Amino acid sequence: MATKDVPVNNPMVDPVTGEYRVIAPGHTFKSVTEEVSRIVLTSHTPLGWWFGFLVAGGIVGVLMTAVTWLFLKGVGIWAITIPVAWGFAIINFVWWIGIGHAGTLISAILLLFKQGWRNSINRFAEAMTIFAVVCAGMFPVLHLGRPWLGYWLFPYPNTMNYWPQFRSPLMWDVFAVSTYATISVVFWYIGMIPDLGTLRDRSTSKLGQFTYGLLAVGWRGSVRHWVRYETASLLLAGLATPLVLSVHSVISLDFSVALMPGWHTTIFPPYFVAGAIYSGFAMVLTLAIPIRKFYHLEDLITIRHIDNMAKVMLATGLIVAYGYSTEVFMSWYSASHWEYFMMWNRMFGPMGWSYWVLITCNIALPQLMWLRRFRVNVGLMFLMSIIVNTGMWFERFVIIATSLTRDYLPSSWGTYRATKWDYATFLGTLGLFTFLFFLFIRLLPMIPMSELRMMLPQAKVREKAEPIAEAGD
Amino acid sequence: MPLPEGLYGLMAEFEGPTQLVQAAKAAHHAGYRRMDCYTPYPVEEAAAAIGFHRDEVSLVTLIGGLLGLAAMFGLETWIAVWAFPLNIAGRPYFSWPAFVVPAYEWTILWAGLSAAFGMLALCGLPKPYHPVFNAPNFRSGASTDKFFLCLESTDPKFNAAETRGFLEAQGPVSVVEVEY
Repeated sequence: MATKDVPVNNPMVDPVTGEYRVIAPGHTFKSVTEEVSRIVLTSHTPLGWWFGFLVAGGIVGVLMTAVTWLFLKGVGIWAITIPVAWGFAIINFVWWIGIGHAGTLISAILLLFKQGWRNSINRFAEAMTIFAVVCAGMFPVLHLGRPWLGYWLFPYPNTMNYWPQFRSPLMWDVFAVSTYATISVVFWYIGMIPDLGTLRDRSTSKLGQFTYGLLAVGWRGSVRHWVRYETASLLLAGLATPLVLSVHSVISLDFSVALMPGWHTTIFPPYFVAGAIYSGFAMVLTLAIPIRKFYHLEDLITIRHIDNMAKVMLATGLIVAYGYSTEVFMSWYSASHWEYFMMWNRMFGPMGWSYWVLITCNIALPQLMWLRRFRVNVGLMFLMSIIVNTGMWFERFVIIATSLTRDYLPSSWGTYRATKWDYATFLGTLGLFTFLFFLFIRLLPMIPMSELRMMLPQAKVREKAEPIAEAGD
Repeated sequence: MPLPEGLYGLMAEFEGPTQLVQAAKAAHHAGYRRMDCYTPYPVEEAAAAIGFHRDEVSLVTLIGGLLGLAAMFGLETWIAVWAFPLNIAGRPYFSWPAFVVPAYEWTILWAGLSAAFGMLALCGLPKPYHPVFNAPNFRSGASTDKFFLCLESTDPKFNAAETRGFLEAQGPVSVVEVEY
């Protein structure tokens, strides 16, 4: 799609297609390797990194304080009560895990669709997934009240002769989320092995050679290994794709299996999955834009990536908008008094403002992304990514708070107002996420070098290979 | 088992993937079988050239996935029907539709773990020490921008002088001996 607002003599634009390039021209195997590995292998840690790391570390301190106080006092320090027994904990859980989903989408689904542009961003999108799942996973466990008994969720032989109840979606969630966390870590690590080999070979310090050597498990780039590695990557992508769709579907079943007005609907699984991908892409942009600027990675994470991610956000945002309109339509079409009231209350009740924040952030403002000029403006896209993440957080707030505060019986109505400990815990997980991310970009290759090499024009084997006689092996 | 000593093989470095694939094809054609190529990114043509076409990762993954499915579905059925039967509104103990989700997740979990660890096991990894790392130019480039073909001394056709001559004829950047 060539358009006129792109300068013709911009080297970042492919003259044939008029599209921004996925990787800047003139790179060699060595230069892409150096560009990525220098960030990790330098002995000089940038001051900006230390600043961000320490600020994030301070916020982790807030999280530690909030969690310690929670352990001492119990969940009463949160605003959860009857009727809102699920407050910030579940809102944040769903929000974080949704953010994680874009990482899997980029690494798995776009791999299956052979979207080459994903190669430069998949590693840190996967890292984002893992750190988001770490943040998400804390909330249900903290919400248990007695988190040290969290292992009771798993089926294991015990002296109480108890077994979990497998007919409950909450139990399904345990398996969905634990599988998701495990597979995400495995996928991330397996994908990183060749790059860890590169770091082992390029590192000049004994500690680096030893540590990366240990992590690289002796990878030596044998083509036999590469073939198996490629098969395993493809299979893991093929497995992660149905997994990621199932995880958020199962999470939505936590809601939709319950008989609450506004929850008991079949649109929930697809609409939750689309929302997850929507917010996840927004988070990838929130992370990618400052990182490419700070580490001067504009050659590898190009405008093309930002443009493409904006398009994915636009598409998933429209699916989410369809979900919202279906909810509104069904609350009228169902002719159910309770559903009708739920929607009225959601829009115009005491917490109605949150619904309109959600509509503004998730539906109205993102329509600006139809404009190419907006999509290729890095600053505006950064702002948009923050807006969408805010909107998606409010989506979960609206679903949980408005449905629970006013259900069937007016006598059991209540309200919900988060406490400072709710906010401290949420803020704390934002800090933890950032903290882990800072560690990741300093210690591990954030862009997959082997995949970048494959994208270079010189990586292709020229002159089609002649068929080889299958001689005795 | 005593550590093997002596010559592991002859390692030729090539400029690019095309030269490597041509040399590998020539070596295969000349009758060499115990050999390997080392590249900084996957070069499928090179694997085909040395006669490596099939990997068992898919089979391992399939078996892992089926075991995971059977394990979780079996566990759920055993718990719900025998170990801890709960009568919930008179519904059957064997309420299998509810068991589908955890069984599905475990299918993926076991299949994924089998794919990852099966791949490593089939590759013989972890293996921190390998003779090819002894080649003087290997560590500086095998994982960055160099392409290697190694003909191993265990090949019946291997002969230090002849094999070197053969490799020199393929237009390499260099040919070096690799010791165990």
